[in-house]
Amino acid sequence: MTPPMTPTMTPYLFYTLAGLAIAGSTLVVTRRKPVHAALALLVTLLAIAGLYLMLYAPFVAGVQIALYAVAVTALFLFVIVLMNLLLNQPLKLQPPSHSVLRFAHRDYSRVWPVGLAAGCGLLASFTYALVKSRTLFPDRMVSPSGSNTQQITTLLYGENGRPGQYILSLEIASLLLLVTIIGAAIQVGSSRSVIAPLKKEEPRPSVEDRDERRITNH
Amino acid sequence: MTGLSPIDYRLMLPMVELTIFALGLLLIDLWIPPEWKWLNATGAFIGVLFSALCVWQIQAILPPRGQIGFYNSLLVDRFAIYFWYLFLAAAALTILGSSRYLDIENEHRGEYYALLLISVVGMMCMAAGIDIVLMFVGLELTLIPAYLLFGFRGRHGKEKENHARAREAVRKFVFHGLFSSAIFAYGLSLLYGFSGSTNLAHIVRALGAVNPRDPVVIIALLTTITGLLSKIAAVPLHRWAPAASETALTTISGYILSLGMAAAWVLFLRIVVFGMLPLRAVYAPVLTVVAIATLTLATVAALMQTNTKRLLAYSAIVHTGYILLSFSVIGSERIASPAFFDALKAMLIYLPVLTLMNLGAFLVIAALRQGAVLGDDLADLTGLFDRSPFVAVTMLIFLFSLAGIPPAAGYLGKYYIFRSLVESGHRSLAAAGVVFSLLGLLYYWKIAKPIFTRQPQPNPPLPVSLGMRSTLAITALATLVIGVYPRPLITLVSWVLGIAQATHVAGK
Amino acid sequence: MLPITTVHYLVVAAALFGIGVSGVLTRRSPVIVLMSIELILNAVNLNLVAFSRMWGNPQGQVFAIFVTVAAASQAVVAVGVLIVLACGVVARGAARNREPSPNHASLPNGLPNGDAE
Repeated sequence: MTPPMTPTMTPYLFYTLAGLAIAGSTLVVTRRKPVHAALALLVTLLAIAGLYLMLYAPFVAGVQIALYAVAVTALFLFVIVLMNLLLNQPLKLQPPSHSVLRFAHRDYSRVWPVGLAAGCGLLASFTYALVKSRTLFPDRMVSPSGSNTQQITTLLYGENGRPGQYILSLEIASLLLLVTIIGAAIQVGSSRSVIAPLKKEEPRPSVEDRDERRITNH
Repeated sequence: MTGLSPIDYRLMLPMVELTIFALGLLLIDLWIPPEWKWLNATGAFIGVLFSALCVWQIQAILPPRGQIGFYNSLLVDRFAIYFWYLFLAAAALTILGSSRYLDIENEHRGEYYALLLISVVGMMCMAAGIDIVLMFVGLELTLIPAYLLFGFRGRHGKEKENHARAREAVRKFVFHGLFSSAIFAYGLSLLYGFSGSTNLAHIVRALGAVNPRDPVVIIALLTTITGLLSKIAAVPLHRWAPAASETALTTISGYILSLGMAAAWVLFLRIVVFGMLPLRAVYAPVLTVVAIATLTLATVAALMQTNTKRLLAYSAIVHTGYILLSFSVIGSERIASPAFFDALKAMLIYLPVLTLMNLGAFLVIAALRQGAVLGDDLADLTGLFDRSPFVAVTMLIFLFSLAGIPPAAGYLGKYYIFRSLVESGHRSLAAAGVVFSLLGLLYYWKIAKPIFTRQPQPNPPLPVSLGMRSTLAITALATLVIGVYPRPLITLVSWVLGIAQATHVAGK
Repeated sequence: MLPITTVHYLVVAAALFGIGVSGVLTRRSPVIVLMSIELILNAVNLNLVAFSRMWGNPQGQVFAIFVTVAAASQAVVAVGVLIVLACGVVARGAARNREPSPNHASLPNGLPNGDAE
């Protein structure tokens, strides 16, 4: 069953999702509280997953939601909470300054116009380039044949007893994940080695003292 | 397409060996008591030896055009074999020199060696990869252990004032690296868009059919090259190198700045020279400008440094600038012309020598640590000749090599680069290169001077462990031997390029 | 309205790229810089999936999955490094004042390190 080339709803759906993605990403880079930025990132990631679905890539959309929208967002939220906790920062910020130009406090770097100009410049030049070279990218949208997940797994894992084309990259990527786990283990170890000596120095009420206090107290 | 053949397994064997040893080290480390941690180093070294043995086995049966494996993702040609040997050798030297140093810094863990070995696996992927997916994943596999190793703080890293520096260094090294990897990935996605395939050979063909001045092509070029330039520490994306060298443990800085940069150069060569060959008229002028900027800025910065490790980092950046200069030749010459191959030959000669001398210099600084000297400040080097003549002489050899003074091997790379520049008519660039080399003598003198000054009261002698001594001896010896008798290396490089010549002529 | 072509998706990806780059260069908070890098990688993925649709082969989508994996591991590693450094800051602060601080951000209670009191 081949999908129609330009169904009626496509432009509206596209512009909605695209607008959502771009608005979300703008919020990510402009929000002062990291939690707001993380939630905006979540919206952006889900919008992009929607765009993948429009591009007839359901597997990638699923991976996007499972990995990015769930795992990475949860990771960021946890780290925001943990950093707030560890660094003992108050969760509410100082009141915003009145002049727009005085962004130069700890949220934005002092040379923020450079970054803004770079981003806008890149956006403009890329858009110009892409629109100008429209002929390079033919308008054809090839309808996929067969199941999308099946095709991807064929490339990765192969079929009929022979591995897929990207089997080596798959193994190397699994090594990459192993390195990530090793890294997490190392970092827990190193923070513990920082914490442990400090814990020893703090005076602890011993069990006998506590019992004695309880007896004398009542 | 049939399944994986025995050839494929044999091609994969070096990487598999390293992985097995890395995993083994992770497990064994749990059972080793602290005073026996040097077993980790021994195990890692043996692993590297086994891997080198497997590489030699591949080389023995290698067909002249190189062996393609794994469904066109791996191309183990002579170029790959050459660099595989280099990576393994440099890794072995790093492992040898790290054992006592890590003991002193209280960071002697099996994970260090495991991460090092896995990082080398990533480098091997990049060197032999012909599929951009494999190369990208290999790049990540090379860098992420580097970020983790960067987080080993050592004894002095846990102190108060070093934390603020560490945070800035993390921003400069880790985030900068992630940022440039992402930009590089964007460029790769555009390359895929042009060709519809992730295979570098198809990409070359597709790029040959496209107008080189097309805006989107320029964007693809821009993003890819920007990402790669950041990895080789070219200006203006060089900020990570001094930060990484200053705050990481010295052996790790040495590994990142010598081995890591060599691997980044290999990726650069594979993608930019082999992969984007039709576009070289467009990117060559850009790279030349970047080269001059790199040379200028890094020389000026190096002249102003008082921190030894940062100075060495800037000197590494300067050498990147020299290698980039030869891209002006590549851009202007026809493929398969002698000048083109001269430029490639110069780069291939430069890279191993550069790796060895950078690594050696950093290992000398690590050796200082064994005498309870931090080695950060130039003043820490004072009177080294009195404390340990051996270490001082090896450092002198490395400095000669870095500065390009015969008989140490450093002059070879510079000589070939300047010669190829002059022969293809870029005489002003060659002259500029010579000027920067002479300026380089100034900041290398800054390192050499404290070493050979005699102090009024002599410091205690520097006890250097056997591992470190053998590493320094091997590296210094190799530098001298290559410098005095360069014929084998040059023949080796011609052998490597001989195949590249046939490849290009055949229109691959 | 114009029919939606590949270039539309590429422009959206370029927009995400530009916004991500400006985020990395502008913001100071490391977590937000990390999020901007994730934006850039999502732009890469969008490019890849759009091209995959254009060419009709799933190789782009496979590449996108690999990029996602790499991005996730990068995020984990960077986050870990940040937390280790933040632990160092707290350790320094707790070492400075010996008695446990009144708010619950002091080490033994705040950090789930598995040691029971």
